[in-house]
Amino acid sequence: MDIIEAKNIDFYYSDFHALKNVSLGIAKNSVTAFIGPSGCGKSTFLRLLNRMNDLIPDTKLAGKCLVNGEDIYAKGVDVDTLRKKIGMVFQKPNPFPKTIFENIAYGLRVNRMGNKEFIRNRVEESLKAAALWDEVKDKMNRSAYDLSGGQQQRLCIARALAVKPDILLMDEPASALDPISTAKIEDLIFDLKTQYTIVIVTHNMQQAARVSDSTGFFMLGELIEFSDTKKMFLNPAKEQTQNYITGRFG
Amino acid sequence: MNRKLSQKIAFWIFRILGWAVVGILLWILGFIVYNGIGVISLEFIFDSPRNGMLEGGIFPAIVGTFCLIIGSMIVAFPLGVMSAIYTNEYVRDGKISRFIRMMTNNLGSIPSIVFGLFGMALFVRAMSWGDSIIAGSFTLGLLVLPLVIRTTEEALRMVPDALRTGSYALGASKLQTIRYVVLPTAFPNIVTGLILSVGRVSGETAPILFTVAAFFLPRLPSSVFDQVMALPYHLYVLSTSGSNLEAQRPMAYGTALVLITLVLIINFTASLIRKYFSKKHGAV
Repeated sequence: MDIIEAKNIDFYYSDFHALKNVSLGIAKNSVTAFIGPSGCGKSTFLRLLNRMNDLIPDTKLAGKCLVNGEDIYAKGVDVDTLRKKIGMVFQKPNPFPKTIFENIAYGLRVNRMGNKEFIRNRVEESLKAAALWDEVKDKMNRSAYDLSGGQQQRLCIARALAVKPDILLMDEPASALDPISTAKIEDLIFDLKTQYTIVIVTHNMQQAARVSDSTGFFMLGELIEFSDTKKMFLNPAKEQTQNYITGRFG
Repeated sequence: MNRKLSQKIAFWIFRILGWAVVGILLWILGFIVYNGIGVISLEFIFDSPRNGMLEGGIFPAIVGTFCLIIGSMIVAFPLGVMSAIYTNEYVRDGKISRFIRMMTNNLGSIPSIVFGLFGMALFVRAMSWGDSIIAGSFTLGLLVLPLVIRTTEEALRMVPDALRTGSYALGASKLQTIRYVVLPTAFPNIVTGLILSVGRVSGETAPILFTVAAFFLPRLPSSVFDQVMALPYHLYVLSTSGSNLEAQRPMAYGTALVLITLVLIINFTASLIRKYFSKKHGAV
C-alpha cells in the first residue's frame, strides 16, 4: 500500500483553481520529486500533505488525501500531531533565533518527548543524520544564525528529523544554496530515503533526475504525468512533459 | 537653477535641520543641568522637603514616581502585550484587526487630562480606592496602553512568518509557537516599547493630578492605597505655588534634573537589556 494516496484533489485559493483533479500514490521509503513551471501547483500540493495550507485563509479543498490509509482531512484529525508525523523543510533556511542545540531540541520539547538525556542523544543523532554533527559539535550553544546558509538548511533538516517523522516534505530545499551546499543536501536525501519517505519540490530538473525514484510533472494545476523518474526523463509519455524537460518552455 | 546646485542646497537644508534636533535636545539638557546642578546633593536626593519646600530634598517624590512607574507597567504591560498578541497572531480577519487598531489609536489620542478625570471617576470614586498609588497606576496604565500595544504589535510583525511556519511544521501548537518562538524573538523590540512607556509615565502630570499625587507628603507610602508625591507634580507645585516662588526655583530645576536623569538611566538600562537579548537570540 502506498504511504500517501491522493484521490481527485481539487484546491482553490478563493477563486483561483490551483489544483485540478490530482490523483497519485507515493510508495514508502521512496523519493518523489515534483517539477513544473512556477505557479503550477507543485508546492500547493506538497503543503496539502501536512496541512500547511490550513494557515492560508479562504482556501477550499475537494477530494481525499490519505496518509497511512487515514484521511488527514477527516474531522477530528489533530493537525499538530499530523505535522509531527510529516516533517517539512522550506525553501529558505528558517532556523529559530536560538542556539544550535535548542533548534533541534525544539520539536522534542513542544511534543513533550523524553527527558534531558533523551533529548541530548536525539539532538546528536539528528545532527549526525543530517551530516552536520562534525561541523557543529563544538558549538552547540552558539546561535544558529552563526552558521552558513547551507549549514542552516541542514540544521533545519536535522530539526525535522529529530521528531522522527514518517515522511519528509522538502519545498525547493536547495534553491537558495550554492552548488556545494546543494550537492550536500542531495547526498543527504539519498542517505535518508532508507528510513524516510521523501517528497521534494524542485525547480531544477537535473536535481529531480539525480535524487528521485518517481517524478510528477505539474502544469497549470494539473498533474500531467507521474511515473518512474528514469522513464519520465528518457521517454515521457506526454508531449507537454517532453517540451518542459527539454527546455522548450517553463 | 542647475541641478547640482539645487541638490547641494537641499542637502544642506536636511543636514541643518537634522542637527537642529540634536541641538535642541542638548540645549534643553544643558539648560536644566546648568540651573539644577547647584542644588543636587545627597540631602536633596535622600531627604524629605522641609521648611515650606525651601529646604530638604525630594526623596518622597522620587519614591512616588518609582511606585507609579512600576504600578502602571504592571497594569499596562500584560494587558497591552496580550491585546497585541490577539490582534496580530489570532485575528485572521483584516476588518476586525483594523477596527481594534483604529480604536487603540483613538485611545492614544485622548488628552491625558481626560484620563485623569476618568481615573478619578472610576478608580478613586467608583472603586473607592481614594487618591492612591493603585488608582494612579491604573490611570497611567490606561494612558500608556495604546503605546504598549502599538510597539508590541510592531515587534510581533517584525518576526518573520517563516519562523512561525517552521514551528507549526514540527507539530507545535499555535500557543507553543507564540510562547517559544514569536515572543522570545520579538522580546528585544517589546522592551523598546516598555522603555518608551516608562518615559511617558514618569513625566505625566495631568493623569496623576486627581488620582494619586500629593502636594506635600514627607513620609513614604506604606501600601498601594497611600497617596504619594511624584516628580512631575512636585515640579509643577514648586514652579506655581508655595511660599516663595523665587527661592523655590533652584529646587524646581533640581527636580527637573533628577527626573530627566531618572528617565535616561531607565532608557540606558533597558537598551542594555535589549542588546543582551538580541545578542543571545540573534538579531532579527
